[in-house]
Amino acid sequence: MAAAEPLNTGIGDSVTRVEDSRFLRGLGNYVDDIVLPNQAYAVMVRSPHARATINGIDTSAAAAANGVLAVLTAADFSAYGGLPCGWQVHSKDGEPMTEPKHPILAEGAVRHVGDPVAIVIAQSKTLARKAAALVDVNYTDLPPMVDMQAAVADGAELVHSDTPSNVCFDWELGDEAAAEAAIASAAHVTRLELVNNRLVPNAMEPRSAIGDYNSATGEHTLYTTSQNPHVIRLLMGAFVLSLPEHKLRVVAPDVGGGFGSKIFHYAEEAIVTVASKLVGCPVKWTADRSEAFISDAHGRDHLTTVELALDDNGKFLALRANTLANMGAYLSTFAPAVPTYLHGTLLAGTYTTPAIYTNVKGVFTNTVAVDAYRGAGRPEASYLLERVVDLAAIETGIDPVELRRRNFIQPDAFPYDTPVALTYDTGNYQATLDLALERTDASGFEARKAESASRGKLRGRGLACYIEACGIAPSNIAGALGARAGLYEAATVRVNPTGSVTVLTGSHSHGQGHETTFAQVVSDTLGIPLDNVDIVHGDTGKVPFGMGTYGSRSIAVGGAALANALDKIVLKGRQIAAHLMEASADDVVFKDGQFSIDGTDKSVGFGDVALTAYVPHNFPLETLEPGLEETAFYDPKNFTFPAGAYICEVEIDKETGVIDIVDFHASDDFGNIINPMIVEGQVHGGVAQGVGQALMEGAVYDSNGQLVTGSYMDYCMPRADDLPNVTVSNHVTACTHNPLGVKGCGEAGAIGSPPAVVNAVINALGDFGVKHIDMPVTAHKVWSIMNAKNA
Amino acid sequence: MEAFNYRKAGSVDEALVALNGADDGKFLAGGMTLLPTMKQMLATPDTLVDLAGASELVGVSRDGDTIVVGAMTTHAAVASNSDVQAAIPALAALASGIGDPMVRNRGTIGGSIANADPAADYPAAVVGLNATVNTNKRSIAADDFFLDVFETALEEDELVVSVSFPIPLKAAYRKFPNPASRYAVVGVMVAQSAEGIRVAVTGAAASVFRADSFEQALSADFSAAALEGLSVDSDNLNEDIHASAAYRANLVGVMTKRAVAAC
Ligand SMILES: Cc1cc2nc3c(=O)[nH]c(=O)nc-3n(C[C@H](O)[C@H](O)[C@H](O)COP(=O)(O)OP(=O)(O)OC[C@H]3O[C@@H](n4cnc5c(N)ncnc54)[C@H](O)[C@@H]3O)c2cc1C
Repeated sequence: MAAAEPLNTGIGDSVTRVEDSRFLRGLGNYVDDIVLPNQAYAVMVRSPHARATINGIDTSAAAAANGVLAVLTAADFSAYGGLPCGWQVHSKDGEPMTEPKHPILAEGAVRHVGDPVAIVIAQSKTLARKAAALVDVNYTDLPPMVDMQAAVADGAELVHSDTPSNVCFDWELGDEAAAEAAIASAAHVTRLELVNNRLVPNAMEPRSAIGDYNSATGEHTLYTTSQNPHVIRLLMGAFVLSLPEHKLRVVAPDVGGGFGSKIFHYAEEAIVTVASKLVGCPVKWTADRSEAFISDAHGRDHLTTVELALDDNGKFLALRANTLANMGAYLSTFAPAVPTYLHGTLLAGTYTTPAIYTNVKGVFTNTVAVDAYRGAGRPEASYLLERVVDLAAIETGIDPVELRRRNFIQPDAFPYDTPVALTYDTGNYQATLDLALERTDASGFEARKAESASRGKLRGRGLACYIEACGIAPSNIAGALGARAGLYEAATVRVNPTGSVTVLTGSHSHGQGHETTFAQVVSDTLGIPLDNVDIVHGDTGKVPFGMGTYGSRSIAVGGAALANALDKIVLKGRQIAAHLMEASADDVVFKDGQFSIDGTDKSVGFGDVALTAYVPHNFPLETLEPGLEETAFYDPKNFTFPAGAYICEVEIDKETGVIDIVDFHASDDFGNIINPMIVEGQVHGGVAQGVGQALMEGAVYDSNGQLVTGSYMDYCMPRADDLPNVTVSNHVTACTHNPLGVKGCGEAGAIGSPPAVVNAVINALGDFGVKHIDMPVTAHKVWSIMNAKNA
Repeated sequence: MEAFNYRKAGSVDEALVALNGADDGKFLAGGMTLLPTMKQMLATPDTLVDLAGASELVGVSRDGDTIVVGAMTTHAAVASNSDVQAAIPALAALASGIGDPMVRNRGTIGGSIANADPAADYPAAVVGLNATVNTNKRSIAADDFFLDVFETALEEDELVVSVSFPIPLKAAYRKFPNPASRYAVVGVMVAQSAEGIRVAVTGAAASVFRADSFEQALSADFSAAALEGLSVDSDNLNEDIHASAAYRANLVGVMTKRAVAAC
């Protein structure tokens, strides 16, 4: 037989994205594209006040309006529970966090602008919107708690009147005494106060949900813009609406970006589910952009004081970080985990700092809930760490590259136990740093700086060495730390009789390209063309119970489940092939889609084995079941730890303060890489969001709790022309504990880039003696600083 | 959006008849500003009179020393017009920097100046180039046209027909865009003509204004250096989360210098 043409669709190949064909042609099927027969439309009535009591709601005019089917308020949901929180954090005194009720619709009080108060369902969206304007809510406006420091002060007004204070939890990690002792006696201590700015996620597709109750079968179907449909089915079915899971199907079809904001269970999902049964037809709700600004969970929003103690040689002795983390008005699904277990545990960074202590207070305020957003806790950790290290370099006069090198965990020190509860399995921080320095012509910087100066520009260079933790796990440890769910993933590999393969995965793709990457794993393992593989996800009616996509877990956890399921397929295939070739399964090898026996010319193709499995005329029926379909559930043994070095160069216009990023390089260690092109795209997207956070984005509330940056007129999203040509490089240390040796790459860009950019700006402003500028570092702030000094 | 009557006018006369026949009618040009306002229910006219069919309102012509731009000419058409590019490149450049391609292909000069957004670009061109706004009733000098935030000299039933731009000796526009919206935080048109120097500033205050002290200094010496040490008073300048009045005052100086240097 002639050697088959290589497929070039395996692990390591930059295959173009399979899903892009439908997306680029406008053939995606998003929730709002779904139009069910007899569908009605829901519009939410939201609070215009940040904090108010509701004295009464008069729905009569709205209910009587043209085309209106129903107007629902909290009274219609009294039989149901509130929205649950999926992670319980304990305070340092051992007490569980304060968990005030998060009602589906406001019960007697509203707690942020955008808090849903009522819902109007009508025959068209326009009619619903008009009627919504007729819902008469009688409010007594109260002074809101907007600022976190004010919210934790004695005597602060309470966001939830049934709680003792606005502090949700007072959590700690690490050795306080050791950190205190080291800081008290160190040769040098660098101190920094910083804000990690609040971000609005702004997925391209706004959230949408359709409830569809089938009175014949008693089954509810919820179509929703979700990153994890099973989690929504579990949370909403079991905790909110008490619907048995076999009567609730959740479908998350094509989803246009999530960045974390579509992990969470939102009120609208429960509302349309209930409403469809009440009004007797499908009910669709789709947010408009303005609504998204005040109802999607926001990200970040930390206020931190950090101290780094160093000895005479610049060795880090201790780190202490105290943080106020905004929870917003209610606990969103994973909110408490973000500033604690996804943040405090990362404070060792890539360094050998022996003593670390962190205290994090979660704070309720009259603002939109804050939860995971691309990176979730890890960008905040990386930012405070890489900012304080850079400041320490300035203060001690040690070169920032050298200072980091002196403190890196060495490549031979793995597995490495940090003082903040993690064990890094592998890494090589020197290697990514060396790569980044080489690719950005470190030695040419002074010449470039002089050239910039000749054009009246200030040039600066910034470095950040990040580490992050992906594929949160193992389930038993996560459970011990407060997770109210498991964190495994499931995959079914269904080989069809003619040899094509359908993969059912619990991971969910909302831009990441799973339909390509996961198919490459199949193509690589089974030696079949990509065209013969379909990746099915996002439907609890089809795929096994899975945990979805967030925390860069898809390839590391979902991919591992897939790899294990494929191994089972190959194992069974060898048994079938052995029977066909009248040999022992132990002698059968599988390579490039052929089962063969070494040293003979006997071989049988994967397709023949598949057909035999389903038409078992010549099949070892006594010892083997027919069919070829396998499922694996994979529970990771540890997190994975991508890390890397990012370098940014900026030029600042002295007259206007405008910052131009003139060079950006990302050097990452993502472990093994399945599709380099997709990985590079993920880094580009992450860097875009990181640059957005560093220089442009920031949610601003005024003292009345109104979101000033409530539209694109004021909320500054990065655009293509704001961004540099990002270059990337990779150094691979394969993950030691998952079958593919992969680590995950979805969030790294957003984690490593903010400190690199801010460090570059501070470096450029060296002559002004600036220690720190809070993000977003706008031209206006930079100009003000330059001119305050001049004056 | 509330339901409304739609009237398509084939001429200026038809447009005026349709508008006067409505209780609360509004002209519809590109709709880039009007339609979003209606979607947000901030405006609820009962009738829209679409000017798109009035061909006399569309197009650019050169009339001796003047460029005449019809009210319904889109930003994209102004930006790419060869007469504009040859005679007043600063005007073409200004139009090419408004919004994004969608906005430029729909938005019109008539709609922009009738709307009189304090952060819009065209007001700087109209005042800086000492244009005349021609309506169905009269001709209005640039300096008399823009009154305040979203307020012009136009009467209820007055229609902008065209804008006449005298061709300057030289002119340049420099804009400091709002990082979020890309409207002008500050935009400065500097023009030199036989009548003298004009420096028109948009974005910085309630309405476009002329920087008198800059004009005087440049009249004596048309160079960026002549502006050294001069500044506009920040007292009446806008302040928002994007720029303080002091920062805006600085930007007025910097953008003016850059415009002068580009002339
Ligand atoms: C995303 C976006 C970005 C933008 N960025 C910029 C920017 O950077 N710079 C900038 O300057 N502008 C910007 N704009 C505004 C844009 O230039 C609009 O096109 C302009 O403000 C309105 O023009 P229009 O033709 O769309 O008018 P419409 O929206 O149709 O009308 C606006 C108003 O003018 C009235 N009107 C229209 N034509 C006439 C007429 N001939 N006589 C009398 N009244 C009339 C209408 O009744 C209405 O009240 C932006 C708009 C958008 C949507």
